[in-house]
Amino acid sequence: MSKYESAGGKLITPVTLFLGALVAIAAYFVLVRFIYGIGAQTPFGAVTNLNDGYSWGIWVVYDVVIGTGLACGGYALALLVYVFNRGEYHPLVRPALLASVFGYTLGGVAVMVDLGRWWNFWHILSPGYANPNSVMFEVAVCIALYIHVLWFEFSPTMFERWGWKNAARRVNKVMWVLVALGCLFPMMHQSSLGSLLIVMGAKVDPRWHTMLLPALFLLSAISMGFAVVMFEATLSAEGFRRPRETPMLKKLAVVLAGVLAAYLALRFADLAWRGQIGDLFKGDFLAGMFWLEIALFALPIALFSSSSLRESPRALFIGSVSMLLAASLYRIDGFLVALTPNGDEFHYFPSVPELMVTIGMIAFEVLAYIVLARVLPVMHAHEAHDAVPHTAPVPAGD
Amino acid sequence: MTVSRRNFLRGAAAGCTAATAAVVAPAPAEARGNKELPPEAVGLLFDATMCVGCKACVVACKEANGLPIQVPMERAFEDPSQALSPTTFNIIKMYKDGEARTKDTAQDGFSFIKRSCMHCVDPGCVSACPVNAMTKDAKTGVVSYNADACIGCRYCVMACPFGIPKFDYDKAVPEIHKCQLCNHLWKEGRFAACADVCPTGATLFGPVTKLLEEAKRRQAMEPGTVAKFPRRSTETGDQTKEKPVAKYVDHIYGEKEGGGTQMLMLSGVPFDKLGLPKLPERSYASMSETVQHTLYDGLVAPAVVLGGLLAATYRSSRRKGGEEDGSHE
Repeated sequence: MSKYESAGGKLITPVTLFLGALVAIAAYFVLVRFIYGIGAQTPFGAVTNLNDGYSWGIWVVYDVVIGTGLACGGYALALLVYVFNRGEYHPLVRPALLASVFGYTLGGVAVMVDLGRWWNFWHILSPGYANPNSVMFEVAVCIALYIHVLWFEFSPTMFERWGWKNAARRVNKVMWVLVALGCLFPMMHQSSLGSLLIVMGAKVDPRWHTMLLPALFLLSAISMGFAVVMFEATLSAEGFRRPRETPMLKKLAVVLAGVLAAYLALRFADLAWRGQIGDLFKGDFLAGMFWLEIALFALPIALFSSSSLRESPRALFIGSVSMLLAASLYRIDGFLVALTPNGDEFHYFPSVPELMVTIGMIAFEVLAYIVLARVLPVMHAHEAHDAVPHTAPVPAGD
Repeated sequence: MTVSRRNFLRGAAAGCTAATAAVVAPAPAEARGNKELPPEAVGLLFDATMCVGCKACVVACKEANGLPIQVPMERAFEDPSQALSPTTFNIIKMYKDGEARTKDTAQDGFSFIKRSCMHCVDPGCVSACPVNAMTKDAKTGVVSYNADACIGCRYCVMACPFGIPKFDYDKAVPEIHKCQLCNHLWKEGRFAACADVCPTGATLFGPVTKLLEEAKRRQAMEPGTVAKFPRRSTETGDQTKEKPVAKYVDHIYGEKEGGGTQMLMLSGVPFDKLGLPKLPERSYASMSETVQHTLYDGLVAPAVVLGGLLAATYRSSRRKGGEEDGSHE
C-alpha cells in the first residue's frame, strides 16, 4: 500500500557534526564510569550524583523509563494499524519504527552503563539466578525480547536497501507474528515500569503511589507513542524539507486526545477512590508538580478537540510536545520528585557528566535517525511530490 | 488500500477482544498475602530507654565484619561514623528536642536509636532483586546478600523502606553492603556483635518469639518498677543489674510494620520522631508480587492477549492480499 523512499541529502552537515561532538563527550564520561565507578570524581564533577537515597537517577529515569516511552511510536502505530486495522496510518509506520528501534536499543545500552555489576547482566535471563517475583526481572526480560522483535520488524527496510529481496520477503511473510509480539511486549513492560514503584511503598508520595501504576504507565506510554509520531513527522517535514503529513496527523490527534482523556479519568478516579483529592490542594511543592503535569496532559486534549486547531501544523506540534513533557514529568515525579528516602538527608540533582551522558545518548539517537532516514527507504513517498532531491522510491510490500 | 467501515469494525472488534482479554484473564489469580515468620527466626530487640549512646555496638560491628575502625573499643563513643554506609552496617543516632534535658521524652528530651537492617519478615529488597542476590534464609530469616549473583541494579536500595542496603558508588567493582546479623560468626558459637558487646542490654539477640515476649513483658511493667533484664542474648542467661523500667510509648516497632520485622524496638519517644517510617501492616513486597502474579502467573494472561493480537494481525495481513501479506508496508 504505502511506498517508502530515503530522504536523501548530505550526511556530513553542521548539525550532524555537532551531534557527533556530543556523542564523543558522552563516550569519554562513559569510559571514566567503567574504569572508576558510577560515582567516581572527574575534573568536571562526579560521574553521577547518585546516592543511597536516590540510587536511580536520570540514567534510569530518562534513558530507560522515559526513553523507552518515547520509543513507543512503533508500538502505538502497530496497535492502530494492525490491531485496530486503521490502514490509513500506514505511511507513518516506518519512520516510527526507526525511532523505536533506536530508542529501545539505546535504552538497553543505558542499562548496561548504569548497572554496577554489568558483567553479571546475563544472570537476569538465566533460570539459575532469575527471580520471577521481581518487577525488574519482568521489565528486563521483556525489553530484551522486544529489542530483538523491533530489529526483525525493521529488518526488511535494511534488506531492501541492500537488495536482499528474498530476505525481506521471508521476514514479511511472518510479519504478522512479529507485529503481534511487538504489541504484546510493550504492553507488558511499559506497565511494569510503573509497577517498579509499588514495592517502594511509603517512600513514594501517595498522590503517585497506587496499585494502578501499571495501567497509568501503559496508557501514558501509548499516548507518548502517538505524540512522538506527530512530533517526528513534523520535524522530519521541516528538517528534510518533505511534504507535511498533516491530514494523517490531525486524525491521529483525535485518537491521542481519546487516550489522554482515558488516562486522566483513570488517574482522578483512582485519587478519589484512595481519598487523595484533598491533598491535591495542599499547596505544597508536590501539589504544584501534580497540577503542572495535569495542565500539560490537558493542553493537547483542549487543542485536539477543536477541529479548526487540528488543521494547524503548529497546534499539532505544540500539542504533541506538551503531551511528551507531561508523560516525562509524570515519570520524573514518580521516580525522583515524589520520592522521600528514609534514614538520612539525601539530595539528588544530576551532575554535569551525568547530564552529558544522557544528552550524548539523545544526540546519538537523533544522529542515527538522520543518517538512516537519509540512507534507508524509511520516509513515506508521496504520489505527486514536488519535494527535493530524492532517490528512487522503493516499492515495498502491498 | 481503502478501509471499509465493515473491515474497520471487524478489526476494531478483534483489537477490543485482545484488550478485554488483558483485563479479564487475570481475574482468577489470588492476592499474595504477607509472608510468615520463619520457624527459627532470630533477631534483635533494641530498647532505646536502656541505650546510653556509648556506640560500642558501632565499633564491635565493624570489628566483626572486617570494616575499617578509626578508634579503639574503649573510646568507641569517639567513632566518627555519622550514618550507615558501605563500611558502617550499624549506627546509633540521637534524637534531641529543645533543651534535651530528659532522656526518653519527646519534649525537651532526647533518645538514642539504633539503625541497622530490620530483617523484614517479608522483605522488599528480596522481592525486588531480579537475580536472587538478596535472599531470606528459610529457617533463620536472616536477609543476606550474595555479590556473585548481583548485577548492581540497586533496586534493593530503592525498595528498602528503611534505607539499609548501601552501594559502592565510587568503585569499578561495586557491591551492596548491609547487616547480616553476623551469620558468619554463628558456627563459632558467637552471635550478633552489636548485642554481644552491649553493656546495658539495650540490644538483645535471640529468637524473635522470645524477643517479642520480652518486649511485651517490659511494656506490661509499671514504669519505675525495679527488675533485671536479659543482656547479650536471651539464650546466654546474662542479666543486667536491677534497674527501674522506663515509661514506653504503647507500641512495639517491628511487630507489625510492613508485615513485621525480626528487629523489634521499644522506646519512650514516638518512633516517627526517631526517624522510623510509618508503614502499613501489609508488606509492600506482597502488593508488588500480587500485581506481578495477577498479570503473569503461568503466563496465562500474556498468552491470551497474544492470541487475540495474533488473530487481529493475521486478519489484517490477509485482508490486504498480494504477495507480501502482512508486511510493514
